[in-house]
Amino acid sequence: MNSATITKRYQSWGRYPKPEHRAVEKLYWRGQDFDFGRLDTTILPFGYGRSYGDSCLNNDGVLLDVTELRQLIAFDAEQGILRCEAGLSFAEILDFIVPRGWFLPATPGTKFVSVGGAIANDVHGKGHHIDGTFGCHITQFELLRSSGERLICSPTENVELFRATIGGLGLTGVILWAEFKLKPVLSPLIDQERIKFRNLDEFFEIAADSKTTEYTVGWIDCLSQGDSFGRGIFTRGNHYDPPLGAEPDVEAKPMVSMPIDLPSGLINTFTVKAFNEVYYHAQLPKMVRAVVPFDPFFYPLDVINNWNRGYGKRGFFQYQCVVPYEDSIEPISEIIRRIGASGQGSPLVVIKTFGDRPSPGMLSFPRPGVTLALDFANRGQITLDLFEELDAVVRANGGAIYPAKDARMSFETFEASFPQWREFEPFIDPKFSSSFWRRIMDKC
Amino acid sequence: MLKILVIGATSAIAHETARLFAADGAELFIVGRNPDKLKIVQDDLKVRGAQRVETYTTDLAALDQHQALIDAALASLGSLDAVLIAHGTLGDQGQAQASVEETLQQLNTNFLSVVSLLTPLANYFEQQKRGCIAVISSVAGDRGRQSNYVYGTAKAGVTTFMQGLRNRLSKVGVTVLTVKPGFVDTPMTADAPKNPLFAKPHQVGKAIYKGMKQGQDVIYVPWFWWPIMKLIIHIPEFIFKKMGL
Ligand SMILES: Cc1cc2nc3c(=O)[nH]c(=O)nc-3n(C[C@H](O)[C@H](O)[C@H](O)COP(=O)(O)OP(=O)(O)OC[C@H]3O[C@@H](n4cnc5c(N)ncnc54)[C@H](O)[C@@H]3O)c2cc1C
Ligand SMILES: NC(=O)c1ccc[n+]([C@@H]2O[C@H](COP(=O)([O-])OP(=O)(O)OC[C@H]3O[C@@H](n4cnc5c(N)ncnc54)[C@H](OP(=O)(O)O)[C@@H]3O)[C@@H](O)[C@H]2O)c1
Repeated sequence: MNSATITKRYQSWGRYPKPEHRAVEKLYWRGQDFDFGRLDTTILPFGYGRSYGDSCLNNDGVLLDVTELRQLIAFDAEQGILRCEAGLSFAEILDFIVPRGWFLPATPGTKFVSVGGAIANDVHGKGHHIDGTFGCHITQFELLRSSGERLICSPTENVELFRATIGGLGLTGVILWAEFKLKPVLSPLIDQERIKFRNLDEFFEIAADSKTTEYTVGWIDCLSQGDSFGRGIFTRGNHYDPPLGAEPDVEAKPMVSMPIDLPSGLINTFTVKAFNEVYYHAQLPKMVRAVVPFDPFFYPLDVINNWNRGYGKRGFFQYQCVVPYEDSIEPISEIIRRIGASGQGSPLVVIKTFGDRPSPGMLSFPRPGVTLALDFANRGQITLDLFEELDAVVRANGGAIYPAKDARMSFETFEASFPQWREFEPFIDPKFSSSFWRRIMDKC
Repeated sequence: MLKILVIGATSAIAHETARLFAADGAELFIVGRNPDKLKIVQDDLKVRGAQRVETYTTDLAALDQHQALIDAALASLGSLDAVLIAHGTLGDQGQAQASVEETLQQLNTNFLSVVSLLTPLANYFEQQKRGCIAVISSVAGDRGRQSNYVYGTAKAGVTTFMQGLRNRLSKVGVTVLTVKPGFVDTPMTADAPKNPLFAKPHQVGKAIYKGMKQGQDVIYVPWFWWPIMKLIIHIPEFIFKKMGL
């Protein structure tokens, strides 16, 4: 592959930082003998580059594109267990499983992620409070190490490597295929409710009331101050259970115009206006219920291809933290207030409560508490300074920053977020490294 | 359900086509030279809904093995509704220029092997008076260029052979589909610098599936290669020969 192709195709979602990869190699089939020995530098698997920062990049090293590994291997239609190659995207998996009455056990806010990427970041979704992370549902996978060894890892075999690889940031080897348990669903539709909340207290009340609802997430308008501080919209839903014989009337109950669901700072002033006018003040009563297809419910942003380019050449950041929540909403208010006051960042903050289902992953990000996520245009130092300020609040409250979204956290913040990294480190494959890992460890 | 013979089934493009037939519940007999890859393709097609998938390993450059392969496919499936021939190698033009053996080998894999397979298969379909024969040729066969004319010659041979076959078999209701892809992002082009004209194997695979189902004659995939090739074909030779294509 020539260098122009590499620069264009192999970036992270935030398009920051800009990597220079020496080469991109491809794995074409899972039996392929890949000669790691001939590389005089390090290598890192690359899925669909849906990580925002530099955890999927290997500046001055080699990337191993695994997206050709897209075969299905086995499907147990009774138990709902799928075994497939690691480069298959969630989009392709949904195409296969949804018509058969199954759904992903956990899914991020985009379906253009690979199985390998989903394991390496141990991704979470709107169902975390019940289902935990994707890693909670893995029954086994095969890991290719640079020594040429191929290891089956599961909760009972090569257990430590299994735990290190889930959330292992691609550093422990190449996941060739994985097997995981699916979730049975009665229809491809979601029975959705949107509820307005006036402040954070109300958000927590609704969240507490929604513990048994399969999927929950909130949007907060971080620009409103004073009386309306912390107001937002709570969205929750269950897989729709169609009454016997009745076809759901999806059309008749349209959701509030979907394109406005854009949480990111796509066009900041547009989204904030939309939020104020459409969502909050105007039409929307306290609660709106609708039966909607699963696609717009889980993947509202996927309707716009490459929306990340909207931020231009300098790229952008996403900031995602989690703060343990012990009946104090103070740190969360504090973070939202600081973001609002900074005048940076998209006006809408995604807010979600994580549950306590433990993941086997050593470096898994989710933990019981509240997570916040929002996008920031890259305005250089002032943006980075703000993040440092926010990190301090996160650290002081025992929280963590999500590596899948990160391009700048300090070693101090990483260590505070993942003190277990020392237990993880021995499992790193000697030939594997990433821009993220070197950035953090160089400052160690 | 459809009974389909796929020759060169480990090809990225052919596999995509086979996946679509598998989802329809087809019975497939898949042929390739690498048993490990064939097994991977077999599992994938089964999971995707194929009623049955049988594998057969042979080096398609060995022409004397072809009758055995066809016999095995017929014995296994009972009859055939369609055949897709997809194997091929891009070959190295420089090596071919330096060596007659290399040139002949490329012509053997990409052209003679197809003729050798199609001769008995055409007779089978002619007798059956229905069915579909599809072969992946290439836009490279539309005009000889200095950069890959050995490969291009083989594909031109395939295209011409298929034209004749179509002319003959259309009388008895057998469809003959010539597929002419442009650049496709597959292992065959792994080392080529990629440009926006590159198509994805699933796009091409789907076009072949549709072309076979609809009984089309010739398809360029993606479609824009049709005007491009029309243009290239019509450049006068005295100009063309000076170009560095
Ligand atoms: C719009 C949007 C919404 C998102 N929403 C969420 C969300 O709600 N929750 C969430 O958790 N995340 C979310 N993300 C982040 C995304 O889910 C993760 O970054 C995911 O890991 C990306 O998968 P990928 O296939 O693109 O992997 P890449 O980004 O290409 O790689 C991610 C990591 O996986 C490793 N990797 C990839 N393939 C393999 C393999 N085969 N073997 C070993 N390692 C491998 C890479 O080395 C890298 O470390 C979102 C991203 C976007 C763009
Ligand atoms: N890719 C392009 O840009 C492009 C453009 C136009 C036309 N085409 C044509 O499309 C067809 C499919 O190619 P592809 O792009 O899908 O590439 P591919 O994935 O590399 O497939 C080529 C297949 O041919 C098989 N093959 C080659 N020689 C063989 C032999 N002697 N015996 C048995 N099998 C043999 C290969 O088997 P192994 O896997 O075992 O090596 C491989 O499965 C070819 O006919 C090619 O000429 C491709």
